[in-house]
Amino acid sequence: MTLADLPRTTFGNDDAKRVRADFPALDQEVNGHALVYLDSGATSQKPRAVLDVERHYYERQNAAVHRGAHTLAALATESYEQARQNVAAFVGVDEDEIVWTSNATEGVNLVAYGLSNASLGRGGAEADALRLTADSEIVITEGEHHSNLVPWQELAARTGATLRAIPLQDDGTLSLDDAERLITGRTAIVAVTHVSNVTGVINPIAELVEIAHRHGALLLLDACQSAPHLPLDLHALDVDFAVFSGHKMLAPTGIGALYGRRALLNALPPFLTGGSMITTVTLEESGYLPAPQRFEAGTQRISQAIALSAATDYLSAIGMHNVAAWEHTLGERLLAGLLEIDGVRVLGPQTPEGRAGLVAFDLDGVHAHDVGQFLDDRGIAARVGHHCAQPLHRRFGVTASTRASTYVYNTFEDVDAFVDGVRDIRSFFGVV
Amino acid sequence: MASPELAGLYQQVILDHSKLRKGSGLVDGGVAESHQLNPTCGDEITLRLHLVEGSGTGTGTGTGDVGAAGEPIIERLSWDGQGCSISMASASLLSELAPGLTPTELTERIALFREMMRSRGAGVEDDEPLGDAAVLESVSKYIARVKCAMLAWVAAEDTVQQVTAGRA
Repeated sequence: MTLADLPRTTFGNDDAKRVRADFPALDQEVNGHALVYLDSGATSQKPRAVLDVERHYYERQNAAVHRGAHTLAALATESYEQARQNVAAFVGVDEDEIVWTSNATEGVNLVAYGLSNASLGRGGAEADALRLTADSEIVITEGEHHSNLVPWQELAARTGATLRAIPLQDDGTLSLDDAERLITGRTAIVAVTHVSNVTGVINPIAELVEIAHRHGALLLLDACQSAPHLPLDLHALDVDFAVFSGHKMLAPTGIGALYGRRALLNALPPFLTGGSMITTVTLEESGYLPAPQRFEAGTQRISQAIALSAATDYLSAIGMHNVAAWEHTLGERLLAGLLEIDGVRVLGPQTPEGRAGLVAFDLDGVHAHDVGQFLDDRGIAARVGHHCAQPLHRRFGVTASTRASTYVYNTFEDVDAFVDGVRDIRSFFGVV
Repeated sequence: MASPELAGLYQQVILDHSKLRKGSGLVDGGVAESHQLNPTCGDEITLRLHLVEGSGTGTGTGTGDVGAAGEPIIERLSWDGQGCSISMASASLLSELAPGLTPTELTERIALFREMMRSRGAGVEDDEPLGDAAVLESVSKYIARVKCAMLAWVAAEDTVQQVTAGRA
């Protein structure tokens, strides 16, 4: 779906302020200024509702799930599986298609190592279709976060497959002609981000899925920057796998999810093995449970999964169309404000269309670290560095940039404080 | 506009050195080279140590005029790098400090600089051996920036260790 398809919304600055009041961490002073938190692309703050749910779990239910016959174990298991159902519904899929992971990075690794194990002959005949050989190709893009790049480099190295990258255009978008050229009958899997964590570009996923499937390739979607910010229907998008992290969507760290099409998950050999993911174990060999349990070895992240579910409830109550529309409004204001400042070079599209509510930029003559330091002095939290996307920064000819990334709790005042701060930086450093 | 703390971090001498970049531009020759990278922000430096046969004793003042045969003395440091103003100013200040010192003396100053950087704003008892580089003490209050200031010094330390190891 594109932003133009979103229903009209009346969500405005006063609504954002009401949302903001639910977040204890946002109500504090940093370096003598009211905190302006514009680093949600790295990690989001947490509302009281999520914190309360996690606390309640530990105070009233805490028990190991899927084992033990006592009451607390039953309660914990119920909450844990209810959370799975809830999070699955939030992204438009079925509950047995959601595997809990620590974060999106682990989700990508789970798939990459699963394919690797299939390539080694693990998983039997069912996994034959998932084998990579020296003739196979893996296709990514030049704009990927390292977490959706390095695991594929490793998979290529282990299987002898070739890793190919769809280049970025000068404005940070992908060309479907390039995708058509690079995705071929040799392609085993395409791994692409939904929304760039640097340029904010929303990639044409439906089109990429169509190309991949036409060639019999799988497509893994990095939904880290979309699941928290856009209405997401993974079944409608028809992706084969998708990963996202809870901590970027109002939930605690340590929890994320992998979506996989049911048949694929049940054919994919496990990545982490051990307790809780088995059927019968002898000293020689073991049988594995169907998905999702076959990928959840060991005692799981129970409180975090329940808290992630509470976070999706919180977001659903606001309405993801409201979240997306409001962040688009903030992103528009941020982009317009920054583009007026001398020396600012925005990475990615120079217009707000097809862009998420974040902006990364280079400031001529001042290193991003110094930009970040200056902003921090005013209580403004922004990200500086390469944002785990070195190839993308290289593409734009810089080693580091400054990024402001919004969430539904940000206000016009936050954006204006940021833009005002950036405007004062070059004179402070004596560049102008 | 900016707090006194921030003004202290970015003192004029630091901003000046971040633009001056003394020693910048790798010079041919040199007895050792070190490349250091700060992977979180991409700051990097390649630094060369240039020695001349000298008469250092390892106990000199850094003026290079100490008698007695023995250790060579540092002719200069040359480097190429990119990074924030703190890392670039620090490389510049180090390049100003090093010429005339023996490798042993430089090692002592690097240790003193590291102690200052780890002092969380408290400083060191006697920062005079650091010359103008002592202004970087303000960086030690900003824990996240200490690694910026250390980058060139770690590279210099590595070159000295290479030379020492080669001699051993």
